[in-house]
Amino acid sequence: METIMAFAVGGMVAGAVYLFLSRQLLRVLFGVILLSNAVNVAILLVGRLTPGQAPLIGQGQEVLGQGLANPLPQALILTAIVIGFGLLSFVLALVYRGYQELGTLDSSQMRTAEPEDAV
Amino acid sequence: MMDSLILRTATRLLLALMILFSIFILWRGHNEPGGGFVGGLICAVAFALHALAFGVKEMKRLLVLDPRSLLGGGLLLGILSGFFAGPGGDPFMTARWIIFKDATGAKALALGTPVLFDIGVYLVVVGALLAMVQALMEED
Amino acid sequence: MFSWTGFPVAFSGIEGQLGTFSSLTGPVLVDGGFSVPILAWTCNPKRESPAAAMLTAIGIIFLAAALAPTLNRLFPSFAHWLLALAPAGGFVWFAGQLATVVGGQPVAESWKWVPALGVELAFRLDGLSLLFALLITGIGTLIVLYSGGYLRGHRHEGRFMLFIMAFMGAMLGLVLADDIISLFVFWELTSVTSFLLIGFNHADARSRRSALQALLVTGGGGMALLTGLILLGTAGGAGSLSAIAAKGVDLTGHGLYLPILILLLLAAFTKSAQVPFHFWLPNAMDAPTPVSAYLHSATMVKAGIYLLARLSPMLGGTDIWFWTLTGFGALTAFWGGAMALRATDLKKILAYTTLMALGTLTMLVGLGTDYAIRGFAAFLLAHSLYKGALFMGAGSVDHGSGTREVRELSGLFRAMPLTGVFIALAALSMSGLPPFLGFIGKELIYEGLLTADRPVLPVLVVSILANATMLGAAGLVFVKPFLGAPSKAAAHAHEGGLTLWLGPALLASLGLLLGLYPSILDGLLGQVAASVRGEPLAVELHLWHGLTPALGLSAITVALGIGFYLALRPLTAGLAGLQRFTRFDADKGWDHILNGLDALARAVTGQLQGGVMTRYMAIIFTAMLLLLGATLWFRQALVLPAVDLHGQWVGLLLGIMMLVGTAGAMRARSRLGIITALSVNGLSVAMFFITYGAPDVGITQLMVETLTAIILVLVLAHLPALPKGPDRKPQAAFLHGILALGLGGVVTAILLAIIALPLPMTLSQFFGDTSYLEAYGRNVVNVILVDFRGFDTLGEITVVASAGLGVLALLKARYAKPKAKPQPGPQTGEVA
Repeated sequence: METIMAFAVGGMVAGAVYLFLSRQLLRVLFGVILLSNAVNVAILLVGRLTPGQAPLIGQGQEVLGQGLANPLPQALILTAIVIGFGLLSFVLALVYRGYQELGTLDSSQMRTAEPEDAV
Repeated sequence: MMDSLILRTATRLLLALMILFSIFILWRGHNEPGGGFVGGLICAVAFALHALAFGVKEMKRLLVLDPRSLLGGGLLLGILSGFFAGPGGDPFMTARWIIFKDATGAKALALGTPVLFDIGVYLVVVGALLAMVQALMEED
Repeated sequence: MFSWTGFPVAFSGIEGQLGTFSSLTGPVLVDGGFSVPILAWTCNPKRESPAAAMLTAIGIIFLAAALAPTLNRLFPSFAHWLLALAPAGGFVWFAGQLATVVGGQPVAESWKWVPALGVELAFRLDGLSLLFALLITGIGTLIVLYSGGYLRGHRHEGRFMLFIMAFMGAMLGLVLADDIISLFVFWELTSVTSFLLIGFNHADARSRRSALQALLVTGGGGMALLTGLILLGTAGGAGSLSAIAAKGVDLTGHGLYLPILILLLLAAFTKSAQVPFHFWLPNAMDAPTPVSAYLHSATMVKAGIYLLARLSPMLGGTDIWFWTLTGFGALTAFWGGAMALRATDLKKILAYTTLMALGTLTMLVGLGTDYAIRGFAAFLLAHSLYKGALFMGAGSVDHGSGTREVRELSGLFRAMPLTGVFIALAALSMSGLPPFLGFIGKELIYEGLLTADRPVLPVLVVSILANATMLGAAGLVFVKPFLGAPSKAAAHAHEGGLTLWLGPALLASLGLLLGLYPSILDGLLGQVAASVRGEPLAVELHLWHGLTPALGLSAITVALGIGFYLALRPLTAGLAGLQRFTRFDADKGWDHILNGLDALARAVTGQLQGGVMTRYMAIIFTAMLLLLGATLWFRQALVLPAVDLHGQWVGLLLGIMMLVGTAGAMRARSRLGIITALSVNGLSVAMFFITYGAPDVGITQLMVETLTAIILVLVLAHLPALPKGPDRKPQAAFLHGILALGLGGVVTAILLAIIALPLPMTLSQFFGDTSYLEAYGRNVVNVILVDFRGFDTLGEITVVASAGLGVLALLKARYAKPKAKPQPGPQTGEVA
């Protein structure tokens, strides 16, 4: 099971990297989405997969029982998802404003800060 | 704003339900699946759908408070909850609890600073996400 | 991003992490008594050593520093008297410890600082520390008073007091620190505060250059110090100097001995301005005179010497230690002495004689014989006293006559008799003439060289020459300016107020008094010697040693020195020729180094940052691929597991859906297509979370998917569609494809390697065991978020909040475009 997911994560990373290398900023943005999904899956994966059982301490029990999912990766992913969305919104707003100001979504044409003749 | 009858009707029904559900999720989060992050997201999605159906102005009217106030208030609550640790000489954010016990002596209700903190998380998530959604929608 | 940084910590450092959680739930509201929160949060006092006298002494000085500007504004005429109370109080307390320390009983106190890393805020007062502490607080008191008089009416007197008091606190902390990290922190604080002091006249470009130079040289040494101390701690098996010494690990035979030695010597040599790092010290004379009198005579430049002395029992005695220290020390001493004769600015002369003293002290630590160590202790004290007095006296001359240029000064004695007398006394001590403390110091230096256990004849000769130059320099600072017929500058000179001559008076008189009754010092200097030696070493000082070989060397020195002074003119001409001949000018070399660094930075930046984003991305990803791939390869971590697809259809389905979504996102061109593809990917990830026991995470992912779809719909509607056709050239597409597949493969390989390892469950076990009992929550994930790792979460919601505000700022705050051209009129004229 973990093995299959390891390959799925690799595939998602490869897709994300290819999108990151595009000049079209929107495609970079899609790369951001794919990459955060891939990393979140990877975090759960390295904490090992346990089908079905959420890490809840049952009524009448005082400690977490055996055979339940590992709680630690879940806590890490939970915040990562929300922060990933914050990052996505920010980048999206940035791309949008960039388009309004510069009239292009092609990163190779956005050279206000580093004009071609300066290099 | 999307002029769809189905979306409008469904959203009108859903909004109140989803907000109530999000608070329920927040409250039970300490013992059952849920918590501030999930609750805050559900609440934000509810308002975002509403804004999609009825427009941003309507959402602002329903919200009463500016999303930025929610966001700031939440952050402040989160930070303040950490200062309860100070008088005991413990590190910042050490939890403090008040335990209510029932007649048999078993724990019946535990109120503590992590609950306050979780409410802070809820407010920050709702505030920040709605601030984004609102800003993007007002570009129309 | 916060959880990304938290991720490796949580999984790799499992064992060591339990202590650092921001919060472990305490019992119901009552937990010990009330204590000052700030102190309690940073350092909980150990129960066995409740005394906090040394921390208080340092704290009061820092507090005085913080109050200095306000006090100066409120009471401009006597703020310096109030401020001087802080170091004076410290001096009294340290003096009170004399009996204990001389009795061979060091005073120690410590607090936990970063318990997880074993870092403490630990102080220890032994003979060496006590001598330094007395010098720092004692001379410090005089300097604060002197500064009050020297800078009277200066616009930034309060700021100056703040800087110098802060330096004082840092310096005191440095000599008291026992823990190696505390030592490093205080060491760096002295570098920073001395930067502020040297650059005090910040409107002057030369001051700024000198300040930056001193900061970069000593700061660079600080980096070496940190590395060296950490290696020392590792090799010595303890985190504090006294514990390392007590453990008695044979460090000189340790494999890390050479790196440790080189790094720590680098730190000491830069701080104490040893050749070839000497050039910053004469430049630092751009600082106001009280700074030179304090930092560049008795305190900061001696920090390196202090470090050498402190380490000498642990690292000393080897050949490399012996020859490096004596060699560089003697070279520095000679160079300083020779340059002192060439200089004509009073302060520069003194700066170069300071180099001579620092070199001599380094040499003595290197020699390491009984006499050398006794000489070290006596000369350290003697130099601090006379050099402080001389610098303050030079400042008074500058203040009274308006110049420090010896060529313009003569016959000052009539106008400034008090200053003249004290400078004379101090200069005599510097010359090493009886009956001054300087004489006793010099006798012991010669004894040390004569008793060395290795052939040091060249060092001896150089040392005699260096000591002889001190007589010449003494002539330059006293005979030339004060005697003879009054010059023009001397005609209108006048004596300063009480605060200006109090310091020189006390220090110079002490030099004489202690020279006449040296046995007073036996106890304290004996303990200093014991600290440097690492075992008890008795010191008995006498003014008269009998007719010893050292006395003969002294006589030669005096004769040479008088000769130097009389033949000053041809001598300086010769020295100038020598300097031209060797073309050795470290200060110019410094400029070359800085310019070279600038050019290198420009070249590298030009190469790496061409302004094309895809290229930046390609560089980053290539580096990632190579580093990760190489690590995997060399660690032999590649694992190929047997894949058994039987009964794995849920996982297989989810994995395929994720990849379908990925492929769709890469290929799709229409808005709807892209949003659909991303949703397929995101929803299958959410399904994956729910399937494998993470309902909280699954719901969160679902909600985020919904929101992502909403904002993408909103924004994409306002943006042009993706252009038809491929977005890159075929060649680029091929290379990018290889890079992407390579990184994907590496990530898969890493994950497979991790899965093949046993999973350490320490942390998860801890959370599972304590979640309900201590934090009263049954949902372990939520308890981790809001309680165990609450501090982390606080950081994370701050990031979320910042992202929200960032979007608002991007979309709402726009530059107001001018609606109409401004009318030319009288208003615009006024602005111009």
